[in-house]
Amino acid sequence: MSHSERSDIFLLDAERTTWHDETLWFVREKRDKAVYATPEFQKLRQLASDIKDHTLSRLDFYLQQFEENARRNGVHVHWAADATEHNAIVLGLLRQHGATRVVKSKSMLTEECHLNPHLLANGIEVIDTDLGERIIQLREEAPSHVVLPAIHLKKEDVGDTFHKYLGTEKGNNDPQQLTETARQHLREKFLAGQVAISGVNFAVAETGTVVVCTNEGNADLGVNLAQVHIACMGMEKLIPRLSDLSVFTRILTRSATGQPITTYTSHFTRPAEGKELHIVIVDNGRTQQLGRPDFRASLKCIRCGACMNTCPVYRRSGGHSYDFTIPGPIGAILSPNIDMRKHASLPFASTLCGSCTDVCPVKIDIHTQLYKWRQVLGEAGKLPASKKWSMRLLSRVLAKPGMYSAGGKVARQALRLLPHGLTHGQGYNPWAIARELPEPPQQSFREWYAQQPQNDKA
Amino acid sequence: MKVALFVPCYVDQFYPQVAIASLQLLEKLGVRAHFPKQQTCCGQPMANSGCEQDAKPVYHNFVDAFQDYDYVVGPAGSCVYHVRKHFDIIEQTPAVQHVRTNTLELFDFIINVLGITEIPGSFPHKVGLHLSCHGQRGLHQANESEMTPVRDGQLRRLLSGLQGLELTELTRNDECCGFGGTFCVSEAGISARMGQDRVQDHVRNGTQVLTGGDMSCLMHLEGIVRRQKLPVRVLHAAEILNGVIIG
Ligand code: SF4
Repeated sequence: MSHSERSDIFLLDAERTTWHDETLWFVREKRDKAVYATPEFQKLRQLASDIKDHTLSRLDFYLQQFEENARRNGVHVHWAADATEHNAIVLGLLRQHGATRVVKSKSMLTEECHLNPHLLANGIEVIDTDLGERIIQLREEAPSHVVLPAIHLKKEDVGDTFHKYLGTEKGNNDPQQLTETARQHLREKFLAGQVAISGVNFAVAETGTVVVCTNEGNADLGVNLAQVHIACMGMEKLIPRLSDLSVFTRILTRSATGQPITTYTSHFTRPAEGKELHIVIVDNGRTQQLGRPDFRASLKCIRCGACMNTCPVYRRSGGHSYDFTIPGPIGAILSPNIDMRKHASLPFASTLCGSCTDVCPVKIDIHTQLYKWRQVLGEAGKLPASKKWSMRLLSRVLAKPGMYSAGGKVARQALRLLPHGLTHGQGYNPWAIARELPEPPQQSFREWYAQQPQNDKA
Repeated sequence: MKVALFVPCYVDQFYPQVAIASLQLLEKLGVRAHFPKQQTCCGQPMANSGCEQDAKPVYHNFVDAFQDYDYVVGPAGSCVYHVRKHFDIIEQTPAVQHVRTNTLELFDFIINVLGITEIPGSFPHKVGLHLSCHGQRGLHQANESEMTPVRDGQLRRLLSGLQGLELTELTRNDECCGFGGTFCVSEAGISARMGQDRVQDHVRNGTQVLTGGDMSCLMHLEGIVRRQKLPVRVLHAAEILNGVIIG
């Protein structure tokens, strides 16, 4: 299915679409307030963008520096070329420690690698401890947003889910009571967790530290209670120096939710006495993307979700319509790198309005990359044949003024003469599902112009 | 100063009155623009569909048609943006460079080249201004809500100078209307929903006349207004300004 077909399913529930759009727009407005209140915000964006550009241009160097420093701190560093290797490394570590129960804090990377199903299939219980993640885990759904993974669900949906899985009263949709239930439920799981898996927001090369930002403190709780901490990171998470970090912590949550900073910004530099800290560094297509000059900048992404919140398409189509771990505009430029055919419709799921580019705190030229992916897909023959041929034909006509004028005249005549029902047939004219066609005038402008006696016929 | 009027294909065919208004408005402001009839289209429909290679002959035709003029002026920010930004895939001859830098959106030309910042006249209606994303975020003709809470821009200023005109304060000042070129058919469901939401914002906040600088967005919004039989008139800003000015 294409993005547009999946969107049509989401759109069927018009009320829910309105609610989804308004909820995310509200988040965008909170972001705006925080940004307006920070006069140097545009400078911070530039700085963040420059730091990321620089890091990506010397990624090999910083990765090695990071590894050396982390090892010196007593951290075990693992390298995974792809998702399969990543999952095997994690499972191997769990086996090595005889662990059967794992608590996990939010990590888009482990989603990307489909770690949960892999562990479950191998007899390991994985509990997502982020509230939103836990809700969708119970429902066996994928996250629909990088920061707000369960944003596609209303509180009634959460109430039903908790009733089904956690035994709350049917019809109890009170957010406070539901949260309390989740807290009790998760507490047991936290205490039983033998290994804690976390994501990584930033990895500081000069110190070998990984930094994890959460609002719920669940990463810290999990890590502190468990014997082993496995931090999984994409290789683009690096920043050179500790002093660079503040630039990112200042823009990350302002862009994400409008908060000045996340509630918890945890630095993990070395394992606690008698415990183990492992860091798994994952490529999984990133090197390939780094090798594409037009799309390299997509690796600067810090997963704030602002481009999703602002995207007028995403807000109305829902995160699942992208059918990719990272939805929204950034997902649409990351996904073709992974599988061009499967995700061919995503770069077209945009009006190219450019709002994503304008909110992106690390200044990724998202809408330009969407446009460029379209060209790559076109050249690679990944467009529907009908589209390709109609565009080729259109180009022929539009390159020849005479043909264009004659064609335009015929089309206008046809529109004028044919009955409304025929020109507005919804089966074959998608324009007509909600719109009238323009009323075709008697004369085109060029016909009118040629008749004006005072005009020279240049 | 030799000025050419660039009339995008869909304006030529469906909205000749907008091109006529642009021509007359320029004339009233002291510029006699020519319409080189070799022009057809900027090539954006093909390029946005992923077929920019196929559009190259259209780009060349555009440059051929306009290279002898000092300025190329068009009543559609999106097409102008396409020429300026995306004609980078053909050889950058002096003619191509000249055309790219001197193709301007109508109001950009009026304000920044002609230096006219106020047009006298009266238009006693509640007017909703639709900002085209390519005009606003692409050509920087208006402030962006992503950057600042201050609502300002070229067209906003020109319109608010008219007597009796009250601008609608929209709930979302600069959300995209959902036209998006071929997006309007390839993602028809989302496109329609975006357009409906945009029109609703205007209706809720009292717009009587819906206007803007880009006829492509307006074609889509007008299609919705007419389908829903709403009491809103859709006019290109050139039609408003040309109508009020005493020639
Ligand atoms: S692309 Fe930019 S705006 Fe989107 S999630 Fe990444 S950092 Fe945030």
